Amino acid sequence: MKIKRGDIKYVARLARIHLTGEEEELFSAQLNDVFSYMDKLQENDTVGVEPCVHIPSSSNVLRDDVPGQSLSSERALANAPEQSVGFFKVPKIIESNE
Amino acid sequence: MDDIKYATTIGLEIHLQISTRTKAFCSCENSFGREPNTSVCPVCLGMPGSLPVLNKEYLQRAIKTALALNCQIVGRMKFDRKNYFYPDLPKNYQISQYAMPLSRGGFLEIMTPAGIKRVGITRVHMEEDAGKLIHDEGGCFSLIDLNRAGAPLLEIVSEPDIFSPDEAHLYLRTLKSVLEYLDVSDCNMEQGSLRCDANISLMPAGKKGLGAKVELKNMNSFRAIRQALEYEQERQARVLSSGGVIIQQTRLWNEKKKITELMRTKEEAHDYRYFPDPDLNDFIIEQSMVRAIEGLLPEMPQVKMNRFIKEYSLSEYDARVLTADKHMADFMEQSVKLYPKPKVVANWLIGSIQAYLNERNMEFSQLHIGPGRLVEMIRLIDSGALSNNMAKDILQVMLLSGKSAGDIVKEKDLFQITDKSAIAALAVDVLQSNPKVKDDYLSGKKNALGFLVGQLMKKSQGKANPVAAGQALKALLEGKS
Amino acid sequence: MNNICGLSAYQLKELIGKNNIKAVDIASSIVRRHDEVDGRISGFVNFDKDAVIDRALCLDNLADMHDRGLALFKVPVVLKDNICVNGELTTCASGILQGFRPPYDATVAARLKSAGALLLGKSNMDEFAFGSSCETSYYGPTKNPYDLQRIPGGSSGGSAALVASDQTMLALGSDTGGSIRQPAALCGVVGLKPTYGRVSRYGLIAFGSSLDQPGPITKDVRDCAILLNVIAGHDKLDSTSADVPVPDYVQSLSGGVKGMRIGLPKEYFTQGLDSGIKVKIDAAISVYKSLGAIFKQISLPHTEYAVSVYYIIGCSEASSNLARFDGMQYGYRYQSPDGRCGLIEMCMRTRGKALGLEAKRRIILGTYSLSSGYYDAYYLKACKVRALIKSDFDKAFNECDMILTPTTPTPAFKIGEKIKDPLSMYLSDIFTIPSNLAGIPAISLPCGYSENGLPIGMQLMAGHFEEEKLLRAAYSYEQNASWNKVKPVL
Ligand SMILES: [Mg+2]
Ligand SMILES: [Zn+2]
Repeated sequence: MKIKRGDIKYVARLARIHLTGEEEELFSAQLNDVFSYMDKLQENDTVGVEPCVHIPSSSNVLRDDVPGQSLSSERALANAPEQSVGFFKVPKIIESNE
Repeated sequence: MDDIKYATTIGLEIHLQISTRTKAFCSCENSFGREPNTSVCPVCLGMPGSLPVLNKEYLQRAIKTALALNCQIVGRMKFDRKNYFYPDLPKNYQISQYAMPLSRGGFLEIMTPAGIKRVGITRVHMEEDAGKLIHDEGGCFSLIDLNRAGAPLLEIVSEPDIFSPDEAHLYLRTLKSVLEYLDVSDCNMEQGSLRCDANISLMPAGKKGLGAKVELKNMNSFRAIRQALEYEQERQARVLSSGGVIIQQTRLWNEKKKITELMRTKEEAHDYRYFPDPDLNDFIIEQSMVRAIEGLLPEMPQVKMNRFIKEYSLSEYDARVLTADKHMADFMEQSVKLYPKPKVVANWLIGSIQAYLNERNMEFSQLHIGPGRLVEMIRLIDSGALSNNMAKDILQVMLLSGKSAGDIVKEKDLFQITDKSAIAALAVDVLQSNPKVKDDYLSGKKNALGFLVGQLMKKSQGKANPVAAGQALKALLEGKS
Repeated sequence: MNNICGLSAYQLKELIGKNNIKAVDIASSIVRRHDEVDGRISGFVNFDKDAVIDRALCLDNLADMHDRGLALFKVPVVLKDNICVNGELTTCASGILQGFRPPYDATVAARLKSAGALLLGKSNMDEFAFGSSCETSYYGPTKNPYDLQRIPGGSSGGSAALVASDQTMLALGSDTGGSIRQPAALCGVVGLKPTYGRVSRYGLIAFGSSLDQPGPITKDVRDCAILLNVIAGHDKLDSTSADVPVPDYVQSLSGGVKGMRIGLPKEYFTQGLDSGIKVKIDAAISVYKSLGAIFKQISLPHTEYAVSVYYIIGCSEASSNLARFDGMQYGYRYQSPDGRCGLIEMCMRTRGKALGLEAKRRIILGTYSLSSGYYDAYYLKACKVRALIKSDFDKAFNECDMILTPTTPTPAFKIGEKIKDPLSMYLSDIFTIPSNLAGIPAISLPCGYSENGLPIGMQLMAGHFEEEKLLRAAYSYEQNASWNKVKPVL
């Protein structure tokens, strides 16, 4: 399978990463190498194989419905790039050109 | 366009906030109306390194709800990550269920004018809520409050089995009634603990298949949902009749303008990249646990209705109205315990009280009085202290103020005069001031009594018991006293 | 007091027991050693001398009350920069987390604090643990103490280099595909990746959540057991943490390997294995034989797919785990020159600018593997082959108690040698990746030096929760080989 620059653009948009033209070029070349190496996976017959998504260290881990410590809003906001009256502050979504 | 008829197909997707004490995956309090960002912790803030742990009560209430909606509970369920970027979603993925949800394949029965109809429930699954985004009107920034982030939700998805906006409305009312019986959620649309998205498609009648689906969002009441669906039904019919096509899209209901507006089309739809959340192992749901929860299910509206018919000898209509709202049914049962004449209580509830609520667009749960108040009022009627008509007026004051009938009567000096000597004195008065009518009566015109009773009532400012007044006058006229 | 830094944690504890050395004296020695060598190694990303001295003074004040029982009282420990410490800079060596101070402790950090350890600071790493060389760090590379032209390995390269250069007794790393064992091997120290679920991941900033495990990097096997004793165990805050009893790992060191069946997987002894490494592994096998272990050849047939499976699953999980770094609630935020930029633009520029090249590459790779149309061919297929790899190990452990392999196919390579070629970099993790996919424990310990003096590591793997077996086998080898006594010349 061949990854085109357009695919990289689409995926970068999904991942919300702005790439420079150079990066797009570089990644489409490199990921082509990587994915053609990975295509070897298809050699494996996995019919009827249950996918392993995690190592089942324990199951049914549940917590009692008892309130615990929350952070003060001061501490919650301490790392915020911008804040205002107890809220995180972010730029508005501009519908037209976004 | 009049000659083409279209068949409408509607599916509804409900998001229900479960009223557990803590959030879905962390132990922050799950409460409404707090100062912004005060019920938050590293987990629900999506801080790097934090990990989710599922709330047991949330799982139990989810199972309870799915069972009440006749769903099959799976033996093993998983949580998946739904990946999309939005500033109210701090991790930029939502913990939800996709491939292996809690339950599938349920149904809800609704009572349509044509009879009982079964609406399929595709699935009931668990997922976390997002925070709240407040847009600064006119400004160029938004504010984020994450108190709601990570609150426990259930998503209840119906099959496209609903064929009109009215049916959709009925489905929602019935669903809400069931959910209230379960006592798993506040079910409050205004506060957002119950939210509903709808999808609607039209096809020329008689043709098979479904038309392009239009998703509707941003309806904040059952009424808005009906209005939006009606608007959309008409809009799509107009487009189709004039030879246009409907493309798959999402539209927002504009409550002010009462119209739907395009939000995005299918091409811009998300690629959510669902995959199993590696932070949460699978959950094995034992049949024994499901059976135990099933055993604790409260009596559902349908069952309660049948019991009301049998135990209280009520008509099916009365029983259905009384049980449609859990709060009303509870009120009925408590009242009957205090005053064992179900039909009398039912008449007051379905009559004056229901009318009062309807006029004000209020829910039964917002009622100011309890069963004790209503029963006290009914007893005053029985004792003859109130006439039925007086009671109706007093009930209005009770509903508005929450005061007891006795207090209202005292304040307004409204007690019916049943004191025989007081009435006798009034009767003497009336006969003295109406000698001509008295003579008419004595000469055989018996219907003159009616006029005299009326005069007595006037003199008492309506407070005299009319039956007692008639008796007193008659006794005087016929010389029996 | 000058050679305090050269001691192991165990030796330091003994010395403290005997002479009641003050924590502040230990801290001063560490600071002096840091000033002497870290300019050349760059193992720390955050080393605040005053804070270290202050923390030591606090420990000394505590000493009057109740202390002697604490497992790591006054013992210096370094944490990899992806482990949260309340109020301390924690950046994953990334530009996007500059200035980030978590409002909470990782469970492993909390356990070290309550064990009385002297926390020194944060060690360098590949950005978000994406790498095998420490070259992707926002702060620049750490150098191998044995050859400053070479990489220390990664991603826990800072932790391994600091232990090797006697700038700390103990260090914590994290291992997703070899990130503890590979740098331990390349720096000539001991590194253990515990069974998945053995050590809590709460507060470890996630890379691949189904693969990550925090673990010890130490000067010798006994220290490894001492540190594991403190950090292992069930944690209610981590749903994937195992509720399995924790043995005393120090107790389990003795006992030897007599009669132990050790498997040699044939797939690990072919693929481009450096001949110098082969010689040292053979020598180690001889030592084990002389100690009574029994060797047999085994097969792990799906080994060749491990790298693909690992990069697909690891990057898929990472693409989702790293989505939260968007400049909204914490970390770096892009400011447009005109100050008028919408939210989506801000988010894309923030991530485009402040994430490094390798982080972006892996997020793109992972997003691609999960995206509609590719999920089945990549993510799902990888999960299925992962199940095959896991069952290879299940079968192998029916035939043997433990598996012995080299930790890396080559000794430390030169800085810059592989950074332009991601695929060859990815392939250098080939021996360490399979145990992460299977969730089993694995340890790397020194087994000699190459002709030009570079450390070589040997890896031992065992079944789930069999860390005791690994530590026992590693300890009996170390007692005989004594590679732990070799130090880099700095
Ligand atoms: Mg949903
Ligand atoms: Zn929380």
